[in-house]
Order: sequence, then structure tokens, then C-alpha cells
Amino acid sequence: MTAITAPAASGLDPRTARRLVYLAMAAAAAVLYLVLAGQSTLPHDEEYPLFGSLNGVKAWVDEHRNSILVFSLIREGVGGLVGFFENVIAALGWPGVLAATGALGAIFGGWRLAVMTMLGMAAIGLLGLWTSGMDTLAQMLAAVVIALLIGIPLGIIGGRSKRFAAVVTPILDVMQIMPTFAYLAPLTLLFSIGVSTAAIATLIYAIPPAIRITALGIRAVPDASVEAAQSLGSTRWQVLRKVQLPLARRTIGIGVNQTIMMALSMVVITAVIGAPGLGADVLRALQQVNVGLAFQAGLAIVILAIVLDRLTDRAGEWMDPRFRKTDANKARRRLLYLAALGTVVAATLLARGLPDPAEFPEAVKLSLVAPVNDVIKWITTNFGEGTASIKDAFSVVLLNPLEGVLTSAPWWLVIGVVLALAWLISGVRASVVAGVCLVLVVLLGLWEHGMQTLASVLIATALTLILGGILGILSARHDRFRTILRPILDAAQTMPAFVYLIPAVALFSPSRFTAIVAALVYAIPPVIRLVDVGIRTVPATIVEAATAAGSTSRQLLWKVQLPLSRRALLVAANQGIVMVLAMVVVGALVGAGALGYDVIAGFAQGEDFGKGLAAGTAIVLLGIMLDRITQGAGGRPSTEVARGG
Amino acid sequence: MTATTDPAAVAATDTESRLDARPRRGGGTGTPTLGVNHLWKVFGPAEHKLIGTPDVDLARDELRRKTGSMIAIRDVSFQVWPGEVFVVMGLSGSGKSTLVRCITRLIEPTAGEVLLDGDDIRKANAEKLRELRRRRFSMVFQHFGLLPHRRVLDNVAYPLEIRGEEKAARYKRAHEMIELVGLKGHADSYPDQLSGGMQQRVGLARALAVDPEVMLFDEPFSALDPLIRRDMQNEVMRLHREVGKTMVFITHDLAEALRLGDHIVIMRDGKVVQSGRPEELVGAPADDYVADFVRDVPKANVLTLRWVMRPVMPDDALDGPEFPATTIIRRSLHAAIETDKPLRVVEDGRLIGVVDRWHILAAIAGGEREA
Repeated sequence: MTAITAPAASGLDPRTARRLVYLAMAAAAAVLYLVLAGQSTLPHDEEYPLFGSLNGVKAWVDEHRNSILVFSLIREGVGGLVGFFENVIAALGWPGVLAATGALGAIFGGWRLAVMTMLGMAAIGLLGLWTSGMDTLAQMLAAVVIALLIGIPLGIIGGRSKRFAAVVTPILDVMQIMPTFAYLAPLTLLFSIGVSTAAIATLIYAIPPAIRITALGIRAVPDASVEAAQSLGSTRWQVLRKVQLPLARRTIGIGVNQTIMMALSMVVITAVIGAPGLGADVLRALQQVNVGLAFQAGLAIVILAIVLDRLTDRAGEWMDPRFRKTDANKARRRLLYLAALGTVVAATLLARGLPDPAEFPEAVKLSLVAPVNDVIKWITTNFGEGTASIKDAFSVVLLNPLEGVLTSAPWWLVIGVVLALAWLISGVRASVVAGVCLVLVVLLGLWEHGMQTLASVLIATALTLILGGILGILSARHDRFRTILRPILDAAQTMPAFVYLIPAVALFSPSRFTAIVAALVYAIPPVIRLVDVGIRTVPATIVEAATAAGSTSRQLLWKVQLPLSRRALLVAANQGIVMVLAMVVVGALVGAGALGYDVIAGFAQGEDFGKGLAAGTAIVLLGIMLDRITQGAGGRPSTEVARGG
Repeated sequence: MTATTDPAAVAATDTESRLDARPRRGGGTGTPTLGVNHLWKVFGPAEHKLIGTPDVDLARDELRRKTGSMIAIRDVSFQVWPGEVFVVMGLSGSGKSTLVRCITRLIEPTAGEVLLDGDDIRKANAEKLRELRRRRFSMVFQHFGLLPHRRVLDNVAYPLEIRGEEKAARYKRAHEMIELVGLKGHADSYPDQLSGGMQQRVGLARALAVDPEVMLFDEPFSALDPLIRRDMQNEVMRLHREVGKTMVFITHDLAEALRLGDHIVIMRDGKVVQSGRPEELVGAPADDYVADFVRDVPKANVLTLRWVMRPVMPDDALDGPEFPATTIIRRSLHAAIETDKPLRVVEDGRLIGVVDRWHILAAIAGGEREA
């Protein structure tokens, strides 16, 4: 503190003074590093005692798991529901499933949607991935049903009670920043690996949007309507049932859509804890570095995502009470329902006549493995040197130096610098949180791996923000560019994180750099969108006034639009970091190493479990640290649930 | 400006036509429909600690600094008599909307009594309060408060639905109400398909469907444009004639208050600054605040001859034209032009004073001097 006030007292302009202090601090850190590099480092130690103790815990839990009733009940219950959906799908057979998706499409959105969804489902069969696809679907449906059963009531309570919202919001905040992988390790400890655990992890991951968006919908119901209903003597229950729920229905529909998309993106990742399905296909192909196979399974995931997204999106509209129901329509709709039901029944009966209705006919299969692999081979032979040199240059110029500095500097110096930065950006509280997180990483015995992961995250985030920022600004300023970009962004947002690995690995083969590329592709779309919205929501009157004052378009951008959308830009940075972290960890599957690799190894080999669990925790700690540092910068207002009402 | 388009002039004719029909306040018998006694509402942490301490006399800003609280209603009392249109007028922030919500406890009052036919509403438990809201009060809101997902018919039937009436019965009643407010043929529309004025008619029909004892209007026409507002005011006056409900009407518009009100209270900073009949406010403003309000009202259009007459002098010519004391000044203008004798003012067949021509001219000129 004295260091900060002293130059100011000497009569310098306070701004210059502050800059000088920053410079001095940076210089001090640099000098300390140069002098002390290589001392008090914490090299990775496979024999760190904590890992062994955690293995002991695991052994104990494994032995006693079945005697802990709660865990086995949950496990059996969730597993039973997955089994139920598997049975339903098997009973329908492929003709029944096709008919059912078509029927839902017809009801929600008309014949076009029906054709689209049926084609989508058929394509999964054609790719020879019907069984995997249906496994994934069953796990996802089970997780979504439970997530909605828990999430919607909680969201309703959160929408009506500020106190409840205040309790739940911070928990949801933390859940939201937890990288998908982090859920898995503790859950495998409690429930062992397998389909039930996969579904449990998925439903936990998918609950936050259900709660959040439901609460948002309830709270968005106009006060005037609620007050009028109260003034007429409605009970609380009547207000909920006759006013708030019907008016929030559209928003809750969006919540259901989000829950499904989150669940799908998680359910394919649960392949790493032994859940069968499309995710397992991708995983196996990645391990064999068979890009064609991975591509095919990835394509099936994307198709499934699009089908589910379209269906639930239109279902939301269909649920909207303002979807005008005139009497003439009613009769027609009843006929449609009957026809839809009839088609499904007929298709199911038809399926009975097939030798194996649960398996898509072998005769019409179509494999993309060979052609895709040919293309990849062509790319590698023609551009292999190019991509390899990009990768190498990147590693030499950026990644290796940063990793080197972070791991060779004394650990306390790194923590000190992070503390100072957090303080500058977000204040004391963020600084304390960041410090605690890093000390815990030290105690977990994963300092070196943590710093390697951090290096990748920082570089990927910087690139994401630069590229996303530029594209976002272009999109905000050029309508035509935006029109082109829009559908790409929409598609990108419905795709599960997993599939982003595939093109990256196709171009760059497994490496740290590959994971960073995947993270870029994954995290850029939301950054573009947020920057675009931020700039576009600058009030038109202000832009008009600045233009009238004679600003050039560049001045308008730098002096008006960017400063005014500061908040949105910070939200974009925060979001970018959280997404990059999630992806860099998943990137372990394509060679990212460090913490992500520790987690996966923990699932695969029993003796590595302890390290994996510790690594999962370390990832969460890094996530919280980065989130707090960026969030405090006037950034994300701690989410909607706490706001208003 | 011609007499037919000058709103104030039209207001005058309306006021006059209502003057004779105006119920006598209290009438000497019975209890008021609605009695509000020493009502307080304090917002903020000091809600239940403030009243009775000297802090209540602090200025608004100082009070907020010291206690973090705000007094929205301070010690307000008034009575509303059966069949009366009772207007509460004030600018935004005067506490009038809070006041009307305190009456049905949409906002819980801090202290005081709200008596409906002598029973204290503040003592009602949740169920009793709900019954009161379902059967004895109804409210019309500034922003309509319609349920956008329901057709007009279902909006109007809503209060009947929640008190458990049969579908057929409530639809029948709702159709009657829709017809009563002139929306026949729109029963199957959705609120967002109607104009603002029509939406507020739905609000009116919904409030009427309950067949309440007291209708509360919270600035119901402020969100409408001036011509529609006039229509709606006429509509309320017509409904008042036809169904004779007791009405409490909140407004920030003086012309509206003067047009509709049998009795008006003016509020400022949560206090009642004046309470009286329209011509009392215009003729004898209680303080500068009220005087400022009514300054631009053409006095000749609101005041009656009683306000400008003088006692009879011995040498007055007593063969001039004769008018009842309740005649609006403007109405006597023609007679005054045609004679140079003073107008005789009578009440109950008795001569109580005379009005000279210059009194009338002064009243007219005075009202328009500022314009």
C-alpha cells in the first residue's frame, strides 16, 4: 500500500504514478525470476503420498459401496431408468423410432420437421451407428427426465423466492464453471464406473440450465399480471398455475432445450468412464488415431444434436399458450395426433416382422471411414509439412516458453504474481480466492501439471479473445458478415464439445497444440456472439450523437462502442476462459497431457485413481481462480437468478 | 379555442350534469363504505420502529440517510360513502398508488385502520382477505394487468374461475360484462390483438364481473392517449350511473379528477393536503400547492354561483333572472349579458344572495389570465 501512495505524494499525476508502480512490480517479478529460476520448483512426483491415500479411500469405498444404501439406491434407480428407455427403444425397433421422431416432428413443427428428423435418425442408421446412437439416446433421456424433475421445481421456487435464489445462485455459478471432466472423478468414487454413473454425471451437469431458465421465465412474468391476479383473490397456487406457469411456459421450453443439449454434450464425454454409445465410438477411434472412424461417430453425434435441438425448439413454440387454438384448428390437430400415434403403432408392429428390429438393416449401410481417411491422407501428404511447422513454431515460440517460465519459477513467486494481478483486476476478494486455489493446487501435489495446463489455457484464451473479438467486431459492424456467420455460430453452439476434437486431430495429429486448436474452435463462437451483442446494444441515440459530432467509423468504434460495451466484453472474456479450460482438459484425449491426462488415466487404471481425483480437483480450482479473476472486473453480474424479481 | 373542443368547457357541462345527482356525503346515517383511519406506510428497515418517534418529521432525504427508510403514506384518513366516486389525486411519488394498494393489502400497511363497512381489513387472515378480494373489491390497473395467454372471455371470467364458479355460469356473466363495456364480438380475441383503450375495457369488465362493493382504479387511463382517455372517462361515468358502484379513483390528472370526482383528496409526499368537493378545491385551495394545481382551471367552468354571490343589499333590483345556487357560473353568462340587473341566487326556494355581472366576468377572466 505504501508503495502505491508514495509516488502519488511526490506530485506525479496519479495515473502515471499507478503505471510506474505496475511497471516496478513487473520488473521486480522479472528480476526475482531471473535470479531464482529453478529454485523452489515443485516437480511432478508420481509417488506423492496424497495419491496413495486417495487410492486407499477408493479401495475402502469400493469395498463398502453396496452397503451404503443411498448410493446403491441412486445407482439402481438411475440405472433402471436408463434400462427402461433402452427397452422402450428396443421395443419400438428402428422403424418405430423413426416413426416416433417423425410423429413428434409433425406435431411440433409440421411435415418439414417430420421429414428432417426422420432423415436425421435414418442417417445415424445408415452410418452403421444405430445401436450406439440409441445407447446414447437412452442415457441422455434418462438423465434429462431426472434433471427436469429436479430442475423445474427448483427453478419455480427460485423464481418465486428471492431468498432461495440467493442460496442457489452461487452453487449454480460454481457448477457452471466446472469443466465436464471434473464431475466424473468424484462420481466414479461414489458410484464406480458404468452407465448409471454416466447418467448421474450427465444429469448433474444438465440441471443448472433447467433451474436457471425456469427461474428466469417465472420472474419474467409481468408484475402487472401477477398483481392483478392477486388483487382478484388468487391463492399462491392459483397465481402459479394460472398465471406464472402458462406465461413462463415458452421460456421453460427453452430451458428444456438447453438441458437436452447440455445432457447430450456430457453424455458422449462419459465414454471415458465406460458408458457405451457414440462417445465411446469417438473415444476408441481417437485412441487408434483413426480419424475417419472418429469423424463418422462425430457426425452421428452432430446429427443427433441437430435433430434434438430442432425438435425441442419447435416443441417450445408448440407449448406456447399463445399458439392460437381456434376450434377449427382443434379438430385438425386431434386428427394429427391420432395419425401420429397410428403411424408409430403401425411401424412398431411392422418391426415385429423383422428378424432384428433393434438393429438397422445391414444392407443399407454406408461407411465414411475410408473416404475420410483418404482425404486426411491427402491433406497430410500435401499440407503435412505446413501444419507440422505451424504446430512446431507455435510450440517453440509460445507454448514452451510460457510452460517453462511457469514451471521453473519458484512456486511462491507465481502465486505472488497471480495474487497481484487478481488484486489489480478484481480486487481483494478475487485475489484471496485465487491465492487459496493455487495453494490448494500445491497441496494436491500437482503444481507442475497445473502450471502446464494453465499455460495452455492462457494461450488458448488469449487467441480466443483476439480472434473472437475481431470477428465479433466485424459481425457487429457489417450486417452481411453477420448473416453469413450466424448459421455457423448457431450450428457450433448445438455441437457437443467432444466433436471439436476430431477436425483438430485430423489436421494436427495428437499434441498439446491440437487441444488448443480444439479449444479455440469451441470457445470462439460464444465470444463472437457476446462481443457482437455488446456492441450492437450500445444505444442507437448515443451512436447517432457521436456520428452527428463527426466521428469517423474508427473513432466511433474505439471511443464509443467498445468502451460502452466493456461489460459485455468482460463477460465474453470470462465465458471464453471457462470454455477454453473445459476444452483444454478434454483435449487430453488428443494429446494435451498434464491435468487432463491425469484425470483420464485415473479412470483407466486403478492405481492412478488417486492422482486422477486430485487432478480433477486441481482443474476445478484453476477454473474457480480464472473465473473469479475475470468475473470481478465488473464482468458477469452473478447470473440472472439473483437479479430482479 | 371554441367551447366545444375546450376540454375544460366540456368538463364543466359534465360537472354540472352531475352536480344535482351527487350523493350527499354521509347523509347523516350509517357507516361509510370505506373508512381509512390514520393509515401509515413506511418502506425500509425502520418500517415498524419509525412511527411515534420524532424522526417522522425529518425531510425525505435526511430520513433516508438516517434510517434507510421512506414514508410513503403518513397518517392518512378519509371516508368513502356508498355510491360515491372518490378521487385521490397527486403527482408521481405522492403515495397515491401505494395508498390504493394498502386498501386491499396488496401492499401491507404499517399502521392504521382500513374499514370496509366498519370491519377492519387489516385484521383479516389470509383466507378472509382472499374472500374480500374475490367478492367485495376489484381493481383496475394502469397497465391493465391482463393475462396475455388468455382470451378476453377467459380474462373476464378469471375472477369467477378462481372462486370456483361453474364454466357455464362464469362465461355467461363474462359475456354480459363484455357487452356492458362495449366489447361485444371481441370475446375470443387475445389481449395483444386489442388497442390500449379496448384492453382497459377488458380490465373494466373483469373488475365488474366480480360484482364488487368497491371498485378501485389505479390511474387506469394514464397509459391511454387523450381522446381514448375521454372515451373511457365517459364509460366510467356511464357505468357508474348504471351499476352505481362505489369507486375509488386514483389519478394524476386534475381535469380527470374534476370530471369524475364527487369528492377529491389531494396528496403530496404521502399526506393529504386537501379534501373536498371539486369546487371547494378550485374555489378555496388549502395551500399554495393546491392553488398552483388549480390555477389553470377555468374557474367559471367549475365554480357555482354560490362561490361568487354577495349578500343582498337594500338597493338591489330584485327582478333579475333567478338561478339555483348550484348553477355553474358559465351557465349564467347568457342571462347576465341580457340584463343589467343582478342575478338572484336561490336555494330551496329562498333568496340567499345576488351575483353582479362583473362577478361573472371576473370569474371567467380570472381563470384565463394565466393562459
